[in-house]
Amino acid sequence: MKEELKSIEQRAREELSSVKDVKMLEDFRIRFLGKKGEITAILKQMGKLSPEERPAMGQLANKIRENIDNALTKRKEELKAAAESQRLKAETLDITLPGKAARIGRPHPLNATLEDIEEVFLGMGFDIVDGPEVEKDYYCFEALNMPKHHPARDTQDTFYINENVLLRTQTSSVQIRVMEKKKPPIRIISPGRVYRSDTVDATHSPLFHQIEGLVIDKGITMADLKGTLELLMKRLYGEEAKVRFRPHHFPYTEPSAEVDLMCFNCHGKGCSMCKQEGWVELLGSGMVHPKVLADCGIDPEVYSGFAFGIGLERITMGRYSINDMRLLYENDMRFLEQF
Amino acid sequence: MDLSMRWLADYVDCDMPIKDFVSGLTLSGSKVECYSEEGDYLSNVVVGQVKEIERHPDSDHMFTTQVDVGEDEFVQIVTGAQNVNKGDFVPVAKHKSTVLHEGKPVKITKGKLRGVASNGMLCSLEELGLTTHDFPYAIEDGIFILGDDCDRTVGLDIRKAIGFDDTCVEFEITSNRPDCMSVIGLARETAATFNTELRVKKPEYKGVKGNIHDVLDVKIHNTDLCKRYIGAIVKNVKIEPSPRWLRERLRASGVRPINNFVDITNYVMLEYGRPMHAFDLRYVEGGQINVRNATEGEKITTLDGVERELSPEMLVIADAKKPVAVAGVMGGEYSGIMEDTTTVVFESACFDGASVRTTAKKLGMRTDASSRYEKGLDPHECYEALMRACQLVEELGAGEVLSEYIDENYQSEEPASAEFSAEWINNFLGTDIPEAEMVEYLEKLGFKVENGRAYAPWFRIDIGVKADIAEEVARLYGYNKIPDTIINGVAEAKLTDEQKFDRELRRAMISLGLNEISTFSFISPKYLDKINLPEDSKLRNAVKIMNPLGEDTSIMRTTILPSLMEVLSRNNSYRNPESYVFELGNEYIPVEGEELPIEPSRLVFGFYDTQTDADFFDLKGIAEGVLDKLGASNVEFERPSADCIFNEAAAFHPGRTAVILVNGEQIGIIGELHPKVLENYGIASRAYAGKINVPELRALCSTQKTYKPLPKFPAATRDISVVCNDNVPVAELEKAIKKAVGSILEKVTLFDVYKGEQIEEGKKSVSFSISMRSHDATLTDDQADKAMSKVTEALSNLGAERRA
Repeated sequence: MKEELKSIEQRAREELSSVKDVKMLEDFRIRFLGKKGEITAILKQMGKLSPEERPAMGQLANKIRENIDNALTKRKEELKAAAESQRLKAETLDITLPGKAARIGRPHPLNATLEDIEEVFLGMGFDIVDGPEVEKDYYCFEALNMPKHHPARDTQDTFYINENVLLRTQTSSVQIRVMEKKKPPIRIISPGRVYRSDTVDATHSPLFHQIEGLVIDKGITMADLKGTLELLMKRLYGEEAKVRFRPHHFPYTEPSAEVDLMCFNCHGKGCSMCKQEGWVELLGSGMVHPKVLADCGIDPEVYSGFAFGIGLERITMGRYSINDMRLLYENDMRFLEQF
Repeated sequence: MDLSMRWLADYVDCDMPIKDFVSGLTLSGSKVECYSEEGDYLSNVVVGQVKEIERHPDSDHMFTTQVDVGEDEFVQIVTGAQNVNKGDFVPVAKHKSTVLHEGKPVKITKGKLRGVASNGMLCSLEELGLTTHDFPYAIEDGIFILGDDCDRTVGLDIRKAIGFDDTCVEFEITSNRPDCMSVIGLARETAATFNTELRVKKPEYKGVKGNIHDVLDVKIHNTDLCKRYIGAIVKNVKIEPSPRWLRERLRASGVRPINNFVDITNYVMLEYGRPMHAFDLRYVEGGQINVRNATEGEKITTLDGVERELSPEMLVIADAKKPVAVAGVMGGEYSGIMEDTTTVVFESACFDGASVRTTAKKLGMRTDASSRYEKGLDPHECYEALMRACQLVEELGAGEVLSEYIDENYQSEEPASAEFSAEWINNFLGTDIPEAEMVEYLEKLGFKVENGRAYAPWFRIDIGVKADIAEEVARLYGYNKIPDTIINGVAEAKLTDEQKFDRELRRAMISLGLNEISTFSFISPKYLDKINLPEDSKLRNAVKIMNPLGEDTSIMRTTILPSLMEVLSRNNSYRNPESYVFELGNEYIPVEGEELPIEPSRLVFGFYDTQTDADFFDLKGIAEGVLDKLGASNVEFERPSADCIFNEAAAFHPGRTAVILVNGEQIGIIGELHPKVLENYGIASRAYAGKINVPELRALCSTQKTYKPLPKFPAATRDISVVCNDNVPVAELEKAIKKAVGSILEKVTLFDVYKGEQIEEGKKSVSFSISMRSHDATLTDDQADKAMSKVTEALSNLGAERRA
């Protein structure tokens, strides 16, 4: 019996090495270790043994069962590892094949830029307010010190709805609406669409966006205007951004200033991007004209303030090196997918 | 305003490097657009003298010349021109030179013409970039033979020799400074900017005796629109070209020289910024100048040869019978200066700016004169301009000026002034400029400072309040020297709930894979037809633009759908395989009895996709996704009924469109676009669109998000398949299931709809997976089975029988 057991172990070990897959392994297990397997069969013959022999034989049988079981487990792991490695090998991909496109939505470049600008101003304590695009002549011009026939109106070719209603040519109209309703201190920006009767070309569009800013309080100075806009430019264009302030004329501000940004391309030397000027005109600004304040019921002897208007298109185009304004409104997917 | 630097040098030192000049003036308020040197495209072109000329041996129309260009040897040049003679001084383009050919620079090198060596080229005016207006004695199709008004030193650079080497600076003058639209105005700014002397003398003329009233009578009928009219008479005039120095200054200023009298009026306008006019007295009938309003239907043919109909609000200069000029805009052709004019009337007048502006606009003619008048010129300066014109007549020997002149309706007014307080200015600017320095700046600009007031010079029409004085100080002090400070005081700002909602909405759409677009808010009324909008739709009533650029942009959109359609259509025509887009934009809806329309905000979205089988349910998925993200609850979709508030419903496929309800309120519409609409937009594939009313949705959404604990007990899941009539909406079955299961319902998921084999015609099989869960215990099979039998019963009531 002892020999029989040994021979079973011997055979089991031999057979195990030729087992090639999990199914064969299971057959093997049943054949040797199963309820009707060879070891069980031997153990059933235990009754024939003398009581003295039984424990030793039982022990040996269990030992051999354990040995076979261990060998089987080991073989099982070997087979699993081999199968896994084969599977991994078989599953090797050409990782240079293109990825499956996930549909990704993107913000429009104008809105992406606007949100950045809004964040800068929110951080400086400016609320964001809205105003109508179809606007009264009064808010767009008259209250801004531009009565009918004022020559400055010529620089803003206007779409009229009727004699008194128009499409606003500037977001400055919101200044007046805010000042009429709210008493100082006022700190707001007002982004939105504006309209001018310009034929479409690479740098003109009959519809574009402005961001108007207005600050009114006691003791607001032109130095505050400079500091605020300087800060905005640094936030938008980086610490190295250089700006200059240049006298200009707007009927609703006095003094008025245009703000130029040093050309990033040539650093002020003059190149084709800045029309040899070294500077790129960015925005208009100034100290709110006392007449505008007074007409809105704010005493110019007590309060002062500044206002500015930023062209969103110009900033967006500069930021992404877009050379044709038409692209912004064409909404070609090949354009939109770049942002 | 184009400024000749040579002209400017008459009045102020300006020999600094041009870059410094340009940036100095730009930063003190006279913005330079650009500058250029005349003839800078010419190189290596010099004065030569023709020493020998003989016929080309092999050509009957060419000549071989030997030209002295100031070098050791003469240069042999072959020319085809017929007007060259021995001894003539001519422009010579030497070997390796640049001249103009058909307006573009070309290189000239030596070569052979029919076998004869030619080592350069003799040039015409055109090849130098000039015309016979610049040199009236030259001929158009021949070599330019230099006259005695040129420096005829052989070898001299041609630009220098003929005075074609001025520097022209183009200024952008703002509308408040018409005084700077002149050489003297800019000379004054230059002197103030660079702190140098301004050399302007009062012009004077000698004049001859004679009674002007014998020949000329001036009457101003509208003294409001004509604040002053000065007339002078020049007799025995000799009309001829102006001398070279005058011609070249006009040219550098962008004005074409014509003849001495026309040139003088232009010269004075450029120098003093005061438009002038010259009439031929022969054609001023009755010697009468009447400054009056035009009468209805009156006509005039202006100098540009166009007949123009006038209207009564326009001011004209008329003789005894007819208008001879549109005041401040343009003269009449008939009374203009001609070759045989013998007596000239000079006009220097002050017309009302607004009136000139309106007239010029209405006639569609903006002239150099009107663009100056319209900004408002002061009456005081008319005199200087007239004096200067008369002085020039005498200087040019162009005629005899009567020493007597007519000066009508001049009332000397106080010059403008404003309070001057150094302390206030410093407080306003945030600076610390000494008072004496401020006064110095102001005086340089022609102001007088006395007893706390600053008095402006006559020509300054833009001074009225103390902030104006602050600006004068600031711009000469230098804007960039003003410190940069941070606004005093703390201010808190935050987005409003509306603004937050809009940002959330845009973000949700982007996260759903749609690209944001930005479209024009004006559209063509035809676009409403293109989206099948019913004829009687209230959306046909739009805000109309009186003066649109074109029909395509003539009304403010009352629906945002066509804007989206344009974008889909455009992308489709560009052969972009797919386009998933959205916009958050306004509609403009007129309101009865209100001056302004309302401008409600709308979300529009849509797509076409030629590469996948994306369909209505992808669209619906987007709508559900965005509504879920924004916290809308109780969302339902139903077919548009008679009370559908969306007029755009007709744009959609009738069987594939749905109104979105949130809490029972219609807030949007989605659908596959109607084949006819797609055809209108030339889109061959199917396309889908939707619109959501944003403020209405906002009111129904809860932005407050509260965490719900994750479930502690397992869910029980049961599937059920039923067969029902094809026309029973799945949503109704879903509703019934929800109601039947009650509070333990977690989720109903539709996983199959089947029609075809094994299912009776006209019926469909619908399968749901129902997940149930209790929050305080594990559901027993019994509980789940009980719920399911309720479900079976409820569905059965709808005619949906459980499949075996």
